[in-house]
Amino acid sequence: MTDHDAAPPAGLSRRKLLGAAGVGALAAGALGAGAGYAAGDKPVPVVPDKDALPIDFDGRHQAGIVTPAQDRLHFAAFDMTSEERDDLVSLLKDWTKAARQMAQGNDIGDFGAVAGAPYSPPEDTGEAQGLPPSGLTITIGFGRSLFVDAKGDPRFGLDGQLPERLIEMPGFSGDRLDPAISGGDIAIQACANDPQIAVHAIRNLARIAFGRASVRYSQMGFGRTSSTSTAQVTPRNLFGFKDGTANIKVEDEKDVEAFVWAQDGDGPAWMTGGSYLVSRKIDMRIETWDREPLNGQEAIIGRAKGSGGPMSGGDEFAPIDFDAKDDAGQPLIDLKSHVRLAHPDFNNGAKLLRRGYNFVDGSNGLGQLSAGLFFLAYQRDPTTQFVPIQRSLAGLQNDLMNEYLVHVSSGLFACPPGVDAKGFWGEGLFA
Amino acid sequence: MTKLLASIGIAALATVSLAACASDPSDTKTSGGALTVKATDSQCTVSGTKLKAGPSTFKVTNAGSKVTEFYVYADGDRIMGEVENVGPGLTRNLIVDLPKGTYEGACKPGMIGDGIRQTLTVTGEAAAPLSDSEELTAAATSYERYVKSQSDTLIVKTTEFVDAVKAGNVDEAKKLFPIARTYWERIEPVAEKFGDLDPITDGREPDAKAEGVDFTGWHRIEKQLWVENNTEGMDPYADQLLSNVKKIVALGQDAPLTALELAQGSKGLLDEVATGKITGEEDEFSHTDLWDFKANIEGSQAAISALRPVLVEQDPALVKDLDAKFAAVDTELNQYQDKTTGDWTFYDKLTDQQIKQLSDAVAALSEPISKVAAVVAQSA
Repeated sequence: MTDHDAAPPAGLSRRKLLGAAGVGALAAGALGAGAGYAAGDKPVPVVPDKDALPIDFDGRHQAGIVTPAQDRLHFAAFDMTSEERDDLVSLLKDWTKAARQMAQGNDIGDFGAVAGAPYSPPEDTGEAQGLPPSGLTITIGFGRSLFVDAKGDPRFGLDGQLPERLIEMPGFSGDRLDPAISGGDIAIQACANDPQIAVHAIRNLARIAFGRASVRYSQMGFGRTSSTSTAQVTPRNLFGFKDGTANIKVEDEKDVEAFVWAQDGDGPAWMTGGSYLVSRKIDMRIETWDREPLNGQEAIIGRAKGSGGPMSGGDEFAPIDFDAKDDAGQPLIDLKSHVRLAHPDFNNGAKLLRRGYNFVDGSNGLGQLSAGLFFLAYQRDPTTQFVPIQRSLAGLQNDLMNEYLVHVSSGLFACPPGVDAKGFWGEGLFA
Repeated sequence: MTKLLASIGIAALATVSLAACASDPSDTKTSGGALTVKATDSQCTVSGTKLKAGPSTFKVTNAGSKVTEFYVYADGDRIMGEVENVGPGLTRNLIVDLPKGTYEGACKPGMIGDGIRQTLTVTGEAAAPLSDSEELTAAATSYERYVKSQSDTLIVKTTEFVDAVKAGNVDEAKKLFPIARTYWERIEPVAEKFGDLDPITDGREPDAKAEGVDFTGWHRIEKQLWVENNTEGMDPYADQLLSNVKKIVALGQDAPLTALELAQGSKGLLDEVATGKITGEEDEFSHTDLWDFKANIEGSQAAISALRPVLVEQDPALVKDLDAKFAAVDTELNQYQDKTTGDWTFYDKLTDQQIKQLSDAVAALSEPISKVAAVVAQSA
């Protein structure tokens, strides 16, 4: 029934259900319209929209990782303002409860936005009233700084729980990281098909946290830049190119197990079934990119701008022939092209599950768009996946695209496995 | 007072009516303050069909295989409330405020058709206003004493400040400015009751410009002292300031705050900190914001102290939380006070990191403070 649960409960599959609902919807639409005319003020039945439906919160894995990427993102990194273990545990419990309520399309709390006492501030902030669940997923990850302080001493009594794979991210050539928008003790990724729903989720979780944790930085993303399912059309990034063509797809269970989920024995037991999230805010130099000729842009990416097919020929999903040469004997896929340097063939077979979002934070004082890609990638082991791939790409000597990119923020978070109906996020840490 | 109490009565009633739903199984067959609706592909079972007027929560659980929705209709299928997109196996809540009358609840498996319907009967009226409790009166009286003590000193210190300004004694005036304001900031909710006096006494320059009125009051003199480093032309502003402060004090004593206003004031003072002091916007020329910051916190704490007996009785956990959060703000803030002179660090000398930590501490306190008014309203 869920897209993120490897052991689905008995019953109809979501796919079957959607199919049935979809057919029903068409019929209903026609009938409803007729009935509406006949009965005058009778409400016209709503046509079910699959983007409006809820996604199960509980499951073996957290939702929001292999869930087909929704259109909108609100991401926030928090720092604990309390050093008390009890505060951390109670926060995770309160967050889990609220996140589950919101994922189901409910207001948070017992009385929600409008049923509480009139002199009480409403429990729920209220901007999601009347909106459908909209595929909301809320995914949590823990930063290295939650486990150890700057001196390397344990925090919150989490001695021995720090996963080896939750490394201090090494620097990469060309990085211009701003510490104020990097790292963080806890990250929360809220994705939905309605931006109001994603914003509502982070806003309410931030409010619950006051006194225990505070927002270190946050980021809105307005459009997905990766497809994570074969059922999705490949979207485009702000360079105008299809992005995520070769991404890990949910349907490829072998890849998902090998490259996304932490397995037994990979690290501490509490991470089994979890995944490591790398976040990078990548500013794009939009205006200079737009002045680059088409053939230059295509050489830099290694793909055709229109079809998304590799420069070695074929359609979007055609296999890439890295050895193909033009009449002059030059490689069709440039040696420094993004597609070559990022490809598993040149990175010991390493793959990532990318789940990034386009962002525009207004403009800078020079009239240039403050825009780019909020890169999010899930993986089983950053030390053999993101780090070597980024090393291969980083620096002006490598990926041609780097002339148009600046990495300004970086984060690495250990996302625990999913919860059951009674559990809470990261419960295994406190067992 | 009477008008205010009437609305408190309604507040109390709303809470009571929800609780009543929960505690009277013979009448409504509900639990946990909510009605349950079990929707299957062919059935729609509401746990209670006789409801009390006011907000009711329907917990709609979809035990069927189709996406469903639940409506509450009044006569003629007027929609009183609806919840859509309830996936199989999930529960969504519908909160709907129903006046006395007859309604229909309808589940719509597959989100189509007229739905499977059930009649709901809502009875009851709003209760008569409740009388004020002695404890609330005592709280208001206690705070009145605080306001009195603060306003007496406010007049003394404002007089000293005004005298220094008029004597052209710039250094002395600069020294007295944040000190006199301390007494002002502690009882600001009193001043804010008098809509026209507050802006001419404590208004900011951009607002005066926008309104097309003369920039007057504390901050007009502050600007002259810190930007021009003199007191030229300040005599009329100084006289006006003292006269308005005296007026506010007199009006405040004639119309003391009610317990509820006092609860709202304790929150208002923290909002002042969050919007004016944390941003360094209030004292933009002198950067003496931390004096005001501390005074706002003290004023808020005084209001809470006055309400303490009521709060301890109604919500001891909230009191414990408030105590801890006030202490945390004090710890954070007090590190910026010179223990010998009593002076505070100037706002422009604080780092971004320090400001963030102060802001976090105030936010942590503001959440429990925002719950105080409801407790007071409930105990009326």
